[in-house]
Order: sequence, then structure tokens, then C-alpha cells
Amino acid sequence: MAKIPVTFTHNGTDRAAFADPGQNLLEFLRRGLGDLSPKYGCGQGACGACTVTIDGQTQLACLVLAETVQGRDVRTAAGLADGATLDPLQEAFMDHFAAQCGYCTPGMLVSARALLDTNPTPTREEVIEAISGNLCRCTGYEPIIEAILSVAGRRATA
Amino acid sequence: MTRHTGRGFAAINYPIGMNLGGDPSQALVHSNPDGKFTVALSAIDLGQGMKSVTRQIAAETLGVPIADVYVDTADSDTGPHDMGSFASRGTHRMGNAVIEASLEARSVMLEAAAEELEVDAGDLVTDGQGNIHVRGAPSRSITTMAAAQAAQFKQGRTIAGRGIFLVPLSDVDPETGEMSPVTTFAHAALVVEVTVDDETGEVEVVDIQSAYEVGRALNPGLVEQQLRGGAWMGMSHAAWETTEPYYPARDHGPVDFNHYVMPGPGDLATHHISVLERPAEDGPYGGKGPGEMCANPVLPAVVNAVYDAVGVRIDALPVTPEKVLRGLQANGGARPRQAL
Repeated sequence: MAKIPVTFTHNGTDRAAFADPGQNLLEFLRRGLGDLSPKYGCGQGACGACTVTIDGQTQLACLVLAETVQGRDVRTAAGLADGATLDPLQEAFMDHFAAQCGYCTPGMLVSARALLDTNPTPTREEVIEAISGNLCRCTGYEPIIEAILSVAGRRATA
Repeated sequence: MTRHTGRGFAAINYPIGMNLGGDPSQALVHSNPDGKFTVALSAIDLGQGMKSVTRQIAAETLGVPIADVYVDTADSDTGPHDMGSFASRGTHRMGNAVIEASLEARSVMLEAAAEELEVDAGDLVTDGQGNIHVRGAPSRSITTMAAAQAAQFKQGRTIAGRGIFLVPLSDVDPETGEMSPVTTFAHAALVVEVTVDDETGEVEVVDIQSAYEVGRALNPGLVEQQLRGGAWMGMSHAAWETTEPYYPARDHGPVDFNHYVMPGPGDLATHHISVLERPAEDGPYGGKGPGEMCANPVLPAVVNAVYDAVGVRIDALPVTPEKVLRGLQANGGARPRQAL
């Protein structure tokens, strides 16, 4: 089968690569571009480990056809840091012990970043809503909620 | 329909490690040409913080800055032997092995420093900042890096240490059945509050008050992280997670995360944690480790709270709405214990 050329923006950089017909965006990013930050969790859109943003909207990369990102702006957790300078959200996740095994963390960060980009001062309920599609098995969620709220400059009220 | 509130209590004595084959862990510690140290372990950090804690233990024992220690758990084929990361054994078993290995490496490091400073190694102390000096005479000093480099490039000395922690296998006395399967227990007690809906059978865990005795909390942030996440998992095991179908048959059971349901960020219980520190005699710097005990006591406490709320005694986990409703039906309705 013929490969499909895709040109798009990946974490702010123009990229051109070939996608296989039917290949999903998660495989395209991981195998095609070597961006291993989106994780394969369930492969059916239930766990959120592969969360990325496309034109600013959170999407599950495992459910998106790679060829459909033609001309669009794709961002992943790997694009959050600026060189050695971490995104304030990443700092907050460290400070609040918001990661254990780390498998959900990239998806959590992308969901949280997308929330804060559109709503810089979310309520606790809005934070919960924003990460409700991201499953975590280790933390019990509370440290993640606290980390996101700390970046938003609000104190958590549990 | 009424939502009933109930409170349940549970306590736990939790054995740290196990008895199989003495449950050994080994550690190897050596210095690198830059004077920093590598700790080789074969047990894996699953996110519980074992690398952080063993790094702290190694730095403390060696007497060097924590930034100068790297913990390598890369490969169980080539690393020293370990039984593994389970049984709440990590901090206790690996920590003790790391202390033993670090003590041996430290003594070689001090011998190397002593040769450079032309003093007796027994008179040397470390400041934890990367310096070794004569006790009471801080100006008679050498950096740990210089000592390591002298050992490696001048003296031909290997700054390294071996450690193992083993509790000899305890056999069962055939006459009395007596044995000593473990050397250390951790403890916890908690009170859980639930609400039970007597029309839908749904149980919601609304509050947890807990006290955990974990020996010395070697890294308090990591201890709290484990306790908070573990209690969430206990709550999930108690009232949410099951591969059993409600109706009508096994093949209608959950096969994915859409149906194997766990509490999400909107379903959390408030959880007040008290950590009681009673350093363990045979623990590394008194530590035992929270481990599996984070989750276990939540389950019986939830079951007891459901009994308190509606008088239904559940004896098979998890507490599903179906089991609650069947129990209510058998009892002829809710019988809140607090009303008795």
C-alpha cells in the first residue's frame, strides 16, 4: 500500500513524514517520529495515556488517523519543556509528588496544559473535569489535582 | 429512597518481607572515576520510590552528597541477586543491603583518603558535603572525588562494597507449629465513613481517617504519596473493581476500562493521614516501608461501614450494588446499626 505523506506541526516544529494507510496518530508519533511521550494504554480511547492536542483541543491519539493531522498543530508532553526549562506544570507535578509509575503522567500533563491554556484559573471541579478522561492507578488523583491547582494559583479545597 | 451513613473500623499488622529462602536482597556499591557512587540493585522501582530511598540510604551511609549517588536497577540479568519488588520488602531488605555495601565501600574510601593525608583511617570523618577530614581538624581534608581518584589512578584500590540482607529461613517446629516468618511488622488503623443508597445499593466512601506506623518515614513525601494512592486503590477494590458481571452471565463481564470501573478524580474520599514513626530495630535507619499495607485495611473498614449503615454484612468483595440490594432484600430493608 502506498504511504501517505503528512506535513504538520509537531511541538512547534514543521515536520513531514510518511504515514501508513490506517495508521493511528499514536503509532505515527511514536514509531514514525520517535516521540515516545504519548503512551499506549488501552488502544481504544478509555485511558487517556495517549492524550495530545490537535489545534489546541485534547484528542486521544490512538483514535485519530495519522493522515488527518495534515496541516494541523499537534502537541505532546515532549513539547512542554523548553530545553532544560520545565513547564511550570511539570515542576508542580514534581513538587506535589503527582507521579509514581509515570505512565499516565504525559497524558495528564497534556490535559492539564490544555485546560490552563483556555482557563488559567480553573476551579477544583473544572480541574477534575479536565482530567476525568485520564486514568491513574497510583496516586489516587489528589496530588495531581493539587499540582494543577497550584499552577492555577488556587489553593486546593478537598 | 434514603442515603444511610455508616462508619467502619479496621486495623492491620502487616509483615514486612517474607520467609521464602530467607528473602535475600543484594546490593553492590562502587565509586566511579569522578568520585561519584553507583549502587547496583536488581529490584525495580515501580514508582513507589525505591530508587529515591536507596539513594538516600547510600548517601547517608557513605557520607557523601545525595547528588553524588546514582542507583542503577537496569538489569536483573547482570545485577546482584534480589527476590524482587513485592511483599512490602523494598525499603527494609534493599535498604539494609545498601547500608552493608555502603559501609564496606566507605571504609575503602577512608583508607584511600588516609593514605593521601598520611593519617590513620580511623581518625577520618565525612561531612556529607563531599569532603573527608581528620576528626576535629577540618583543614586536614581531601575531597571524596580526590580520594576516589587517588584510589583508582595512584593506589590501585577498588572503592567498592558488597551487601546482602538475609533473615535465615525459619522452619516450622513440628511439635508446636512455631516459626518466625518475619522480623518486622508495620501497623495501621483507620476509620472509614460511607453512604449507602438503599434504593440503588450504591456505596460511596466519603471520608478516611488513618494512622499508619511505618517505622521511620525515610522520605515523608514518598510515604504520604504511597498512603494516599494506596488508600484510593483499597477503596477501589472495596466498592468498585470487579471482573464479575452483574447480569446475566459471565460473558457480559467487563473487558475494558469502560466497564472495569475505578473511582475517578471526581469520586475521591477526603483522607486525613497520620504517620506514626517508631523506628524499627532491624530497619535501615529505622524504616520499614508502607507497601501493600496502604490499601489492605481500607477493604474491611468499608465492609464494616456498610454493615453499620444498613445492617448488611457483605462477605465477598467487592461491595457491589447488587450484593447490597440482595442483602437489604433478605433483611426486609435497611437496618442502620446506629438506630439500634
